[in-house]
Amino acid sequence: MTRIMTPTTTDLDQAARAPINEAWSEEAKIHALREMLRIRRFEQQALKFYNQGKMGGFLHLYIGQESVAVGAASLMNGHDEIITAYRDHGHALAVGMSMEECMAELFGKATGCSKGKGGSMHFFAPDKHYWGGHGIVAGQVPLGLGLAFALKYRAIPGCALCFLGDGAINQGVFAESLNLAALCELPIVFLIENNGYSMGTSLERSSSMATCLAERAAGFNMDWDVVDGSHLYALRAKLHDAMEKARSASRPSLLEMTTYRYYGHSIADANHKKYRTPEEIEAYKKNHDPISSWQEQLMQEGILSQALLESLDEAAKLEAAGSVDFAEASPWPEPSTLFRDVYAEVDQGSEAGRLGRHFFSDLNAA
Amino acid sequence: MPLITYRTALNQAFAEELSRDESVFLMGEEVAQYNGAYKVTEGLWERFGSKRIIDTPISEAAFLGLGVGAAMMGLRPVIELMFWSFAYVGFDQIINNAGCIRYMSGGLINIPMVIRGPANGGTSVGATHSHTPENLLASTPGLKVVAPATPYDAKGLMIASIRDQDTVCFMENTLLYGNIGEVPEGSYSIPLGVADIKREGTDVSFIAHGRAVLTALEAAEMLQEEYGISAEVVDLRSIRPLDEEAIFTSIAKTHRVVLIDENKPFCGVSAQIASMIAEQAFDELDAPILRVTALDAPAIYSMPLEKLQLPTAERIIQKTLTLF
Ligand SMILES: Cc1ncc(C[n+]2csc(CCOP(=O)(O)OP(=O)(O)O)c2C)c(N)n1
Ligand SMILES: [Mg+2]
Repeated sequence: MTRIMTPTTTDLDQAARAPINEAWSEEAKIHALREMLRIRRFEQQALKFYNQGKMGGFLHLYIGQESVAVGAASLMNGHDEIITAYRDHGHALAVGMSMEECMAELFGKATGCSKGKGGSMHFFAPDKHYWGGHGIVAGQVPLGLGLAFALKYRAIPGCALCFLGDGAINQGVFAESLNLAALCELPIVFLIENNGYSMGTSLERSSSMATCLAERAAGFNMDWDVVDGSHLYALRAKLHDAMEKARSASRPSLLEMTTYRYYGHSIADANHKKYRTPEEIEAYKKNHDPISSWQEQLMQEGILSQALLESLDEAAKLEAAGSVDFAEASPWPEPSTLFRDVYAEVDQGSEAGRLGRHFFSDLNAA
Repeated sequence: MPLITYRTALNQAFAEELSRDESVFLMGEEVAQYNGAYKVTEGLWERFGSKRIIDTPISEAAFLGLGVGAAMMGLRPVIELMFWSFAYVGFDQIINNAGCIRYMSGGLINIPMVIRGPANGGTSVGATHSHTPENLLASTPGLKVVAPATPYDAKGLMIASIRDQDTVCFMENTLLYGNIGEVPEGSYSIPLGVADIKREGTDVSFIAHGRAVLTALEAAEMLQEEYGISAEVVDLRSIRPLDEEAIFTSIAKTHRVVLIDENKPFCGVSAQIASMIAEQAFDELDAPILRVTALDAPAIYSMPLEKLQLPTAERIIQKTLTLF
């Protein structure tokens, strides 16, 4: 069984009154809802076309976890940097990547965000401070350190948000990175998206712990906390504090966000109703769905009407369907592009790129 | 003989060895309760229990190193990598520890371990998940490397690898797991270092390992039908130790050679073999040594281009025709 935090009403009231949430405009709150709906509708379309064989490889859906990426993105100040693992569609859309470029990437088309070269697990948008999309478990974690290091080095008033899964914390490089972050006082927040499972392995079967995962930071003398990742107020209140500490005092921290994925590890994971019960999935959907609980919250606050909700959802659906049309109509990458984007010097035709042989096969004389 | 899949053939090899030898255990991510990400270890946990079939967290460096240490103590670990691509986070354990400890101890310590899992491109999982590190591994003296193409070879080579006194890196292939072939029941082993002629021919030798063997066979059939060229297909099966005699014997017969390799060209397995042929069989050759390898870029995601990137029968035929 997964541990799912059930925040009390008082916790949430308190979180709602945190200055960062008090200062959150109505417009921005609606925007957060829109973004969560966009992620969900996008992925539902992706699922449909994955099942029709339009995409290759794996499809790891973020559905159920939308509040984490959207809440984090809502706190980014234009200088903050963000990096995550292979379950990356939500973060990509939340930082402003378009559905079209993302869907086209899933379809392997030339118009995809990575020109069809990376696929589902490898979305990138440096112009939006989004550094991927990484397929190797925990491979992104030390890169997050590097983002933070560069920010500090250049005295940029931002921090690095480094996402990883609950399974990823058992990679050695995570421990190395915690130590380095604390030792070098890097402006970084590590966010564990604890959805209770790494593939078919429950949290209890993969991690030894006293009470929680985030506690591991204590041994490195780093601040840590556990956060209800399903609720935007709760998440923003604590994450904002951690980001501020990183930005202003170069103090790293580790936050564990409790969350849940509704689908299998990837769509190929046909077993996911065996290693967890349908009741568990239903209970989460019913009590913690990030979208419905945010809807309720906004309705209670009188900012959201049923009509507005429906129009937001309709727009998200249309946009998602449009992104599929775009992807389908887009061309495949040309065979000649296979050898492009490997070496910067070669692509730029610089002197360094022209000296010596860089590639040892070519298309025609293959 | 029963017809079974490559996956089941491996599964039978594990069951045979687990039953025969108490010191054999299987470890890796999702190998036990989930039956393996690719179902290769299906049913083994139920049959052999949690002492012998062990699920791990996502800690490749730790459980690869655990395998080395346990092997030093005389156990026979079979360590599954969900993908060989994930070995890269644990390379130190494989190269420095499994690969060098016997030598550095002056032969005092053996590491009888099998490290296994799929190592292939062709499934649109992107560059990070499509590595074929058999050449990297084979370039470490101390490690052995095996890459079976058929269910029969998979079972026999796995049994031999588990019994071997040294560390064997066993390269499987997700695209082969479902392939069906004749496999005897019960135990048999195929020695490492012995190639297999998968097709007899007289005009040109195709040398390959792993799935490239099947691509070579496909090309050989087409060449026969359309051009009357008779290609011999030499399946290396084991890359280190390497059956050089089988290679030279075939070339002495055909006098032409095309090496087919899903490795990238630079220092791929075929590069080593090409250099050996040039040095030791030059006089037998009527034409230059040619290679068909994966196209030299990181593995692309996009489905149609990925198909082009790996050796295809068409590319093999094109190249072969230039020899005549
Ligand atoms: C080094 C490495 N080992 C194994 C894998 C295979 N793998 C991909 S995701 C995953 C589970 C990760 O779980 P978690 O970190 O909790 O993230 P979640 O999938 O729940 O988002 C595994 C084992 C991999 N990609 N990289
Ligand atoms: Mg998880």
